[in-house]
Amino acid sequence: MNLGIIRAREANLPQPLNTPEIDKIATLARLRVSPGEAGEVAARISEILGLIDQMRAVDTDGVEPLAHPLDAVQRLRADEVSETDRREELLALAPASRDGLFLVPKVIE
Amino acid sequence: MEWETVIGLEVHVQLSTRSKLFSGTSTAFGAAPNSQANIYDLAMPGTLPVLNGEALRMAVRFGLAINAEISRKSVFDRKNYFYPDLPKGYQTSQLEFPTVGRGAIVIHLDDGSEKEIGVTRAHMEEDAGKSLHEEFATDSGIDLNRAGTPLLEIVSEPDLRSAGEAVAYLKKLHSIVRYLDISDGDMSQGSMRCDANVSIRRPGAELGTRTEIKNVNSFRFVEKAIHYEVRRQQDVLEDGGTIVQETRLYDSVRDETRPMRGKEVANDYRYFPEPDLLPVVIDEELIEQVRAGLPELPDARRQRFREEFGLSDYDAGVLTASREAADYFEQTASACGDAKLAANWVSVELQGLLNRENLSIAESPINAPSLAGLISRIKDGTISGKIAKTVFEHLAGGETDVDELIEREGLRQVTDTGEIEKLVARVIAENAPQAQQYRDGRQQVLGYLVGQAMKLSRGKANPAQVNQLLREKLQP
Repeated sequence: MNLGIIRAREANLPQPLNTPEIDKIATLARLRVSPGEAGEVAARISEILGLIDQMRAVDTDGVEPLAHPLDAVQRLRADEVSETDRREELLALAPASRDGLFLVPKVIE
Repeated sequence: MEWETVIGLEVHVQLSTRSKLFSGTSTAFGAAPNSQANIYDLAMPGTLPVLNGEALRMAVRFGLAINAEISRKSVFDRKNYFYPDLPKGYQTSQLEFPTVGRGAIVIHLDDGSEKEIGVTRAHMEEDAGKSLHEEFATDSGIDLNRAGTPLLEIVSEPDLRSAGEAVAYLKKLHSIVRYLDISDGDMSQGSMRCDANVSIRRPGAELGTRTEIKNVNSFRFVEKAIHYEVRRQQDVLEDGGTIVQETRLYDSVRDETRPMRGKEVANDYRYFPEPDLLPVVIDEELIEQVRAGLPELPDARRQRFREEFGLSDYDAGVLTASREAADYFEQTASACGDAKLAANWVSVELQGLLNRENLSIAESPINAPSLAGLISRIKDGTISGKIAKTVFEHLAGGETDVDELIEREGLRQVTDTGEIEKLVARVIAENAPQAQQYRDGRQQVLGYLVGQAMKLSRGKANPAQVNQLLREKLQP
């Protein structure tokens, strides 16, 4: 979730998100939200933010941040090449490819 | 009024593991496009990452080498953005709990002084793929071979005060990762990439607004890009303008930096902890194991070369910049027993040869034992320093047996007094006017006469003996 928006909300609760904020989140997430849906989406996201605000209100001083709900640690893998070249098979799954490359509509930074 | 330059560098170092950071796909350089891109690298649904233990050990190795704090627990995060060369839609990186914390790197400046540069952190992350925009008219081609290659991003404090310091820091970092054997550090192939944060301020003032120059790919370009950017910022501020915080690209052809185009939405990566990976715990055992395997690092070796071999700090610095050169020198010096001659031959003659042939020291046509053999023959007087260069050329041409080639080519120095006397007598006879000038007190003519004798002997006469005999014979 967008930290900037969460922080902005801390200052003035409990305002629901406005349309420009919804637009920005949708653009960042590459989701299409039609003007008709914007109101409902805003209400639902605001509800989730409300939940987050509720959790933030809990005093967590001295509590170690939890990075993962599972009480386990990451297993490590040996540095070995276990995969083989499956290029033709994988390229065939893409909508377009040529000369061994995946093709996408032209993107220039 | 003066300006002070403030620079911080973010350096991406590609770790030289055999397989990717989170998958068992090969990372070999130069493979056919997408032949090293498998289901996890392509973000196929249901695939999960498994952390490469060797990449983690390499990160720890770097951390220990710069005396950094090693996080006992580090966490991977998702950095979310959309670009076709990043199929997952996020880069797995580390935000709040990087593997390597605060450390420091000492750089050596041109005036002989040292400066400590703070390292804020070094975090592990995966590389993206490559987009090819030029090949096709309406499409971009995507090669995902590089996607998922392990990187260590090393972030410095804004402690650097000039382009020269930035280059010294970068070279030191390059040297360290090569000594540690965790990366080939090849900037031309993208194994080491540098982003520079540059700002200027009046001395003592608050930090100015910075710009970030992205992806500079050589030491020289880092220097030039910073020079340009500093001048540009000075011009803007002195004309009463303000610096815009932005990302710029360095164009090496036009030698300028330009703002990057069209990032409609400002960087908002919405980081959150990667749920597909558990926290990474690094225990004492692993740390001690890695520590025990650390090689002697450039600074320690530089100091040892000064103390053990009596080299100047400059020579010691040149010879320890790369591990290969240091090994070569050390082998040569111990075999011939004369460190100063060895230092000279390695850093002048051999380095000159390698530069001319565009070879690395690992590819040197002359091996350390042969060079040591040559130096030994200078030391014991078998050949003169001048003739040694001829022997050196033979070695460069592929010969290896120094003694055999000295005999075969008749390069042995003439030290027989009788022969040198004959030589001197002949020179005096053939150069009577000059000999007379010397007798009349023109001391500098002696050099000419010695030169004639050396020429006559085709360089083989012992010049010290020639010199002395000439003086004696021409005594008034």
